[in-house]
Amino acid sequence: MAFWNKKQNGKKSLDPNYISAADSARIARENRKITTAYEKKRSRKNVPESEYLTKMRDPKNVVEFDDVHTYFYTDIGTVHAVDGVTFDIPASSTVGVVGESGCGKSVTALSLMQLVQRPQGQTVKGEIRVNLGDKAYDIVRTPTEAMTHIRGNEVSMIFQEPMTSLNPVFRVGAQIDEVIRMHNPEMNPDQVKARTLEMINLVGIANQEGVYGMYPHQLSGGMRQRIMIAIALACNPKVVIADEPTTALDVTIQAQILDLFRSLKSRINASIILITHDLGVVAEMADYVVVMYSSRIVEKGTAREIFHDPRHPYTIGLMKSKPILNKKVDKLYSIPGSVPSPIDMPNYCYFRDRCDKRFGRCNGAYPPQIQISDTHFVSCYQYAPENEK
Amino acid sequence: MSKYLLRRFLFAAIILIFGSLIIYTVIRCLPTSFIETTARQRSSMPGAKSYAEILEELNKLYARDTSILDGFFKWFKNAMQGNWGTSWVFTKPVVEKFREVIWYSIFLNIVTLFVQTFVSIPLGITAARNQYGKTDYFVTVFSLACISLPTFFLATVLKFIFAIKLDWFDLYGAVGRFHMQLDAWGKFLDLAHHMVLPVVTLSMLSIGGMMRFTRTNMLEVLNADYIRTARAKGLPEDIVIRKHAFRNTLIPLVTYMAYLIPNMFAGSLITETLFQIPGIGFVAYTAVTQGDIPFAMFYSFLTIALTQVSLLIADFMYAAVDPRVRIN
Repeated sequence: MAFWNKKQNGKKSLDPNYISAADSARIARENRKITTAYEKKRSRKNVPESEYLTKMRDPKNVVEFDDVHTYFYTDIGTVHAVDGVTFDIPASSTVGVVGESGCGKSVTALSLMQLVQRPQGQTVKGEIRVNLGDKAYDIVRTPTEAMTHIRGNEVSMIFQEPMTSLNPVFRVGAQIDEVIRMHNPEMNPDQVKARTLEMINLVGIANQEGVYGMYPHQLSGGMRQRIMIAIALACNPKVVIADEPTTALDVTIQAQILDLFRSLKSRINASIILITHDLGVVAEMADYVVVMYSSRIVEKGTAREIFHDPRHPYTIGLMKSKPILNKKVDKLYSIPGSVPSPIDMPNYCYFRDRCDKRFGRCNGAYPPQIQISDTHFVSCYQYAPENEK
Repeated sequence: MSKYLLRRFLFAAIILIFGSLIIYTVIRCLPTSFIETTARQRSSMPGAKSYAEILEELNKLYARDTSILDGFFKWFKNAMQGNWGTSWVFTKPVVEKFREVIWYSIFLNIVTLFVQTFVSIPLGITAARNQYGKTDYFVTVFSLACISLPTFFLATVLKFIFAIKLDWFDLYGAVGRFHMQLDAWGKFLDLAHHMVLPVVTLSMLSIGGMMRFTRTNMLEVLNADYIRTARAKGLPEDIVIRKHAFRNTLIPLVTYMAYLIPNMFAGSLITETLFQIPGIGFVAYTAVTQGDIPFAMFYSFLTIALTQVSLLIADFMYAAVDPRVRIN
């Protein structure tokens, strides 16, 4: 960690967050060079498709994340928000992504849409393969121009904040119309409107015609989230990313929205990436679970494996810190310590300093992924064979 | 709605009365009195009456023998009946003089408003889209220079370069020497030719502020969640900016622009003086410095009234662009 290095030099400040103005300016300059190069590459026009065509490892998957690295070039250093994430999303399945705030869940999802805050945020390494049926695109190398056909059409997203995610100056109906018209230019206005009303109905709003002509501020939070879901599903996407869809809602509305998700799950033929803090929701809805900690995946497997047989100390801690009904405890368990700074990550297990099971080998390099079963992987030295590094 | 309008008009009336009362008081208290100056001039003529005598006569003639409050209400009563009086300095009815000069100012300011809007809004948006990029820095430096430059300096430099060195324009004046001999179209062209430098001066001064304003608001909007939603829908960046972002940036911009309306009639004193254009700013300045109460009062009353109207327009425009705002 930078903290120790600085202490040894004895010259620089002891504050790990301290950075001199000259250093900051130098970093900003270097960053600009890097990000401009990426931006230039991304905003090129008429790129031959062959450049970003790729092949799925398993044609049954709709999305494959393969060693994805998404960095943020900030003025105080490069933040490795997503650092080598690998997981698959099989067709028509729900994958839950859990982890604490700032562990890179949302950035992973946004990388799939190329919606990471630009130009600071860039996916620099790895492949994100999206299966489009007869062909597959590598999102990391896809130029922005081609992304417009994927966003909202093949991959769509439901955001955390329904209150601010709809444009306040346009009518709700027009905002749903827009996405349908964008991806189905052959439809005439009547067909578009019919489809919009159908979508409004699908998400459980009774007064379709009325809501069609309303502005977002006339709707409640739950209604707005329903509209967001309608926008996301309007073009029959292959993958729907739900980024903490219920976090900003109160508990009863949360339950309604989750009910809606559950009923939609059986009716639409899309895979869902469910990003959430709520382990209960994951247990109920997800087929596969990915546990992230500090920009990496620490454990992944089927929901059954993760919930009944958690292996990584972090996952175990998460399970323990979940409140259970009808069980009397003095104090809810919480994992001690906090997440390390995402700048200058150490090269050892990021969870080491908070882990109650650490031992000698934990001081070594970041643990590799260890396979427990066909689908269950964990990054922890406890499960590594002795002879392996 | 009607209740809202009634309330607004009531407030406007109160502000008008008290605003003009304050201005009247200030003008009456000014050390430069038109009457005293005239009395002094007349008394120094050969065979004239004494200064005190003339002063008394003139005071009676111009109805200045009253207290400030009485004088104000007298003026106000006349004004409300549409009788704005005769200008002392220009020796013709105030309204007539105003009609004579206002068109120069309106022409100047409308052209400036167009130039300002069509230059600063696109530039502000471009700057916001390339935040901390080369364009952004250029725009920021340019707009700061525009804000900081004093009018007289900028106008002088422009005159030096374009009128003296390059000889493209006349040094000053609203019309050329042979204006009266030209036909209607020629007259217009002549006027337009003389307005180029003043318009450039005024535009450069006002572009800076508006550009910064657009840039700041655009940046705020671009970071909003609904812009991310628009991108997530797969809309091309152009439409995201032009449709989703710009509509929201427009909300504070229309308010800003509504305040420019009274400016249009208030004239631009320094620019008009430097280029010797007999616009309202120039004339009003002359009137105030020489203690011409009827003209100064008419001018300030109009400015206050227009400010009130522009506030009302701002409210309506705000409601027109932002569906969350309803007037009631």
